[in-house]
Amino acid sequence: MTSSVALAAVVAGLVALGFVLLTSRSLGRITVGFVVLGHAANLLLLLAGGPALAPPVIGESEPSRMADPLVQAFALTAIVITFGVTLLLLAMVHRSWAIRGSDQLPDDPEDRRLADVEHRAEHGEVSESWGYSTENRSPGERSEP
Amino acid sequence: MSVLVVLPVVMSLAGAAGVLLLGHWAVAQRALSIVVHVVVLGCAVALLVVVDTVGPQVVPLGGWAPPVGIALVADRLAALLLVVSMTVLLAVLLYAIAQSRTDLEGGFPASVFHPAYLVLTAGVCLAFLSGDLFTLFVGFEMVLTASYVLVTIGGTPERLRAGTTYVVVSLTGSILFLTTVALIYAATGTVNLADLAMRLGELEPGLRITFALLLLVVFAIKAAVVPLHAWLPDSYPAAPSPITAVFAGLLTKIGVYAMIRTQTLLFPDGAAAGVLLVLAAATMLIGLLGAIAQSDLNRMLSFVLVGHIGYMLFGLGVFTVAGVAGAIFYTVHHIVATTALFLASGLVERRTGTVDIERLGGLVKAIPLVGLLFAIPAASLSGLPPLPGFLAKLALLQAAVSEGGAVTLTVAAITLLASVLTLVAMAKVWTTAFWGRPVSAQPDRDPHAAAPRDADPQDAVLVGTKQRAPRSMTAPAGALVAVGLGIVVLAGPLQAMTERAATDLLQPESYVQVVLDAR
Repeated sequence: MTSSVALAAVVAGLVALGFVLLTSRSLGRITVGFVVLGHAANLLLLLAGGPALAPPVIGESEPSRMADPLVQAFALTAIVITFGVTLLLLAMVHRSWAIRGSDQLPDDPEDRRLADVEHRAEHGEVSESWGYSTENRSPGERSEP
Repeated sequence: MSVLVVLPVVMSLAGAAGVLLLGHWAVAQRALSIVVHVVVLGCAVALLVVVDTVGPQVVPLGGWAPPVGIALVADRLAALLLVVSMTVLLAVLLYAIAQSRTDLEGGFPASVFHPAYLVLTAGVCLAFLSGDLFTLFVGFEMVLTASYVLVTIGGTPERLRAGTTYVVVSLTGSILFLTTVALIYAATGTVNLADLAMRLGELEPGLRITFALLLLVVFAIKAAVVPLHAWLPDSYPAAPSPITAVFAGLLTKIGVYAMIRTQTLLFPDGAAAGVLLVLAAATMLIGLLGAIAQSDLNRMLSFVLVGHIGYMLFGLGVFTVAGVAGAIFYTVHHIVATTALFLASGLVERRTGTVDIERLGGLVKAIPLVGLLFAIPAASLSGLPPLPGFLAKLALLQAAVSEGGAVTLTVAAITLLASVLTLVAMAKVWTTAFWGRPVSAQPDRDPHAAAPRDADPQDAVLVGTKQRAPRSMTAPAGALVAVGLGIVVLAGPLQAMTERAATDLLQPESYVQVVLDAR
């Protein structure tokens, strides 16, 4: 099997770019990152089928000169899937923008709670009790500060 | 016969289109949804009987014979898991319909819920029945895309935040899956599982190990195996309780199924078995220690779910017939028990308006039936005899002892510790929330307080009703608990069935033969 080194390098570049965007905090950038990663995977699928040859249409070209149709079918399916998921992500971006006026992801409440416990422990304050005890607390009192 | 293999996928997809068209007639939507699930369950049961008596059934789609065309394959493992999954999907559907019927202000936007749920069902069926890696990818994507919609249903800020974690992690897993499929195709020129079983053996050992590990990582993300589990307890609890229940019961198990399928069929020498044992130990310990630290009931159950994935990995890692049979038995029991637990937790939340166990107490007096519905699956997961969890753990331990390797026995000891940890986590919930002083629990803050004005009021799942749950909601949860108890009664035949399934898996020659001979 022969493949183009240049195309392999393009796949590598797209994967790197996609993952960088995916780790960002803005849902819009995450969407673009996913699109780029999808392109990388589709390009890799096409590369997996070997070199580019004549279109795999019976009657147009000799079977020995045809490109591998299977990978083209795979890539087509994968493109449709990534297209659908991209739309869903865009809907989430829009929703996020409608709710908060930005597409930045908010802090995870659990992370914030843990950070809070650590912060209070560092400053010598009594940390909250973990589980079990309902006796020393009036019913319904919130455990958050 | 062959129609039985195709029907589950086709029926569910046609049903999804049907309920979408019936968008304005809620009653018709519900009726169609239920009918489709009942028929597919019937197909699955018939398929199990046929497969168990006649042998694996193969249907080449579109007239292209394997390995070129797409083939749907049903063997004992696929058919058995299909039956269990459809039972769970039907029970949760009835529960969700009851919830949206009784809570007039609540429920889900029905026009979105039913189509997404049916696509989820179709994806589950396709994932179990697919005979090639690429169709398995498509099945996963159907399940995941439907689950993205369900997890963010209504678009409240909390669900959007939790949903983003889930969507991004799942997308990363999907891209990795697609990349792995491309690399395997480049190396072997096929994606058909039966064909791959032969051709992967001809590759260099280094390349084979790479593929085994790549597939393991892909499915470990889906199955929430430690250290790839952190997304699960963050995202599942945010969804409405019936949706959390079906995700917890089924979605991770599809990952486990894919692991069992690929590791046994494609790598019959157990290339990744050692890694699986280590992952199993880490998953059990970290998952269950995490569970003990939680004070939110749904987060606790999510960590227990992560921990118990370790048991299934352990059975697969032992890599003997008894071990794989134990893993399958455990998967069957765990699908039912976990879903029942999350449904019970949903009933608690509906009554009290909170799942913070520090703010609950005396539930067993207030809602004894829900207490029972929680206690039985909780005890089963903790491995109390004679419940199915005990039988499944016993099967795994027997397999480990008869295999007898040092690593296996060490991990077997960890499974015992993990059972104790599960019991501690469950006992903590039980003594705090179900026993103890009855408190009138303060509901959580209204999730819509912070929502924008345009938030869909339809979305507010009614919680904190202080009323008895309607029988139409407790009945499906009770039915699942009864199915769990039924596993005890049918333990003998079920164990024999899982052993036959495991024998098929570890001697894949007949599977390969049947698929490649299909016309």
